[in-house]
Amino acid sequence: MTTALLEDRTRDALWPGPVIDCDVHAVVPSLETLFPYQERIWVDAARERGFHGPAGLALTYPPALPTTARTEWRPADGSVPASTLDQLRRDILDPWRVDRAILNCYYAIDSLRHPDWAIAMARSVNDWIIDQWLDREPRLAASLVIPARDPVAAAQEIDRVGGHKGFVQVLLPVRSERLYGQRVFWPLFEAIERNGLVAGLHWGGLAEHGPTPTGYASWYVEEYAEEPQVFGAQLTSMIVEGLFQKFPALRVSILEGGFTWLPTWAWNLNKKWKGLRREFPWVDRLPSEIIRDHFRFSTAPADMGPPEQMRRILGWLGTDDLLMHASDYPHLHTDDLAALLGIMPDAMRANVMAETARRWYRL
Amino acid sequence: MSEQASARPSGARKFIVGRSSDVADGGCMIVTAGGREIGVYRLGDGFHALLNRCPHLGGPLCLGQVVTEVFSPVPGDVRGNSDRRFVACPWHNWEFDIRTGQSYWNPKLRARTVPVGVEAGSDVATAIADGRAERVAGPYFAETIPVTLEDDYIVLTLRAAPSAR
Repeated sequence: MTTALLEDRTRDALWPGPVIDCDVHAVVPSLETLFPYQERIWVDAARERGFHGPAGLALTYPPALPTTARTEWRPADGSVPASTLDQLRRDILDPWRVDRAILNCYYAIDSLRHPDWAIAMARSVNDWIIDQWLDREPRLAASLVIPARDPVAAAQEIDRVGGHKGFVQVLLPVRSERLYGQRVFWPLFEAIERNGLVAGLHWGGLAEHGPTPTGYASWYVEEYAEEPQVFGAQLTSMIVEGLFQKFPALRVSILEGGFTWLPTWAWNLNKKWKGLRREFPWVDRLPSEIIRDHFRFSTAPADMGPPEQMRRILGWLGTDDLLMHASDYPHLHTDDLAALLGIMPDAMRANVMAETARRWYRL
Repeated sequence: MSEQASARPSGARKFIVGRSSDVADGGCMIVTAGGREIGVYRLGDGFHALLNRCPHLGGPLCLGQVVTEVFSPVPGDVRGNSDRRFVACPWHNWEFDIRTGQSYWNPKLRARTVPVGVEAGSDVATAIADGRAERVAGPYFAETIPVTLEDDYIVLTLRAAPSAR
């Protein structure tokens, strides 16, 4: 059986061993889908305003673009891609024969400034994920979502549902109001650590600031291409602010953020630490060592260059235990998974395809 | 290999590099002794000396700022230890413990320390007279350091310079 991502190869020809897909998406097809999981007052509030859901969703994932859903994964009946468990089973879980897949739902709740509605929205998405996905499909684990603008409310939501055995991660939109390393977020990370979850930094987020370090880009493609800088800024903030000294068990996944930028970014951080560490003396070892212990990266997008140079980048990562396979269903990345697997050292392949994620998420 | 053993100075050599009062507490004086530049530091408990050459890439280590130790077990709890002083190399700002030469971030890396002590003028004068110590010109001296019996002097002990190979 093949699926779009396999592109006419069989799953076994590509990779005969176990597969864990660390980033598949559930898309909330409509606000009405969530009504059964919301208190009446929020249902009424939506109806009386003609509100159809957080505005940020269509900005982050323009509905008709292939980067939002590959053509092959768009249902023939015109319904919303990746919005039902049946679609996910047909497109990913069955053809890939995954051991496990980690479900991420980005509903752009952070684009909603109403502090109470955002909490209600996050609760309803989490209860929908439990009811419609986790409790019906044992191969799934999932990220829970939070009202990201309010770290204390986020911590409360993590404590409310974080104990569900299906939740292994908290989804953090990479674009946030403030850098996540800052102390105002301690309650959030304390709750993540307390519940034994992973912090999953994921593409998206509609903060006050532009998507680039110097404001708004003219085109979506720029926003898309420039997002690794935001991931880099968050990783830097988390390290420099001492988040991993404060919360030594904290694990962070970089999802949909690429990884080719990491080696040179880490060299830079190492160098800065050696000479400027007095400014942040809680960091007591090389940032690259902190990254090794506290971060993992999904492979989508891989943003591959020529194979020989790509092979060098994989070597520069300095470990076989950092990357985790992701289909990023239903999004299109024009990566060639076979090419990526082809340049990996043997020891890396099994880790990337399943074992790193299995250990990281304790699956 | 044709070099005569007797042509080389043998064993350790002593150099009188200044009066003890020439270096203020926390300060540094760079001197040349035995053909090498050496930074002489005075920290509360006494004198310490480092070769003026950073073990990282050879920068002029002793031109760097003298700083106290800063450390922290966790963000929000920054501690200082003014008893422990470092010199931060001017090239890359790496800190080296003035007492031990040890790099702060990489304990395997050490700046070269030089034995240094303080001796009374009378002892120094005798050592010079016996040829057991020599005086050098310091940055604050146009001439070779004059020795008076009343002062205390900073004395460096250098091993003989290795031969060209």
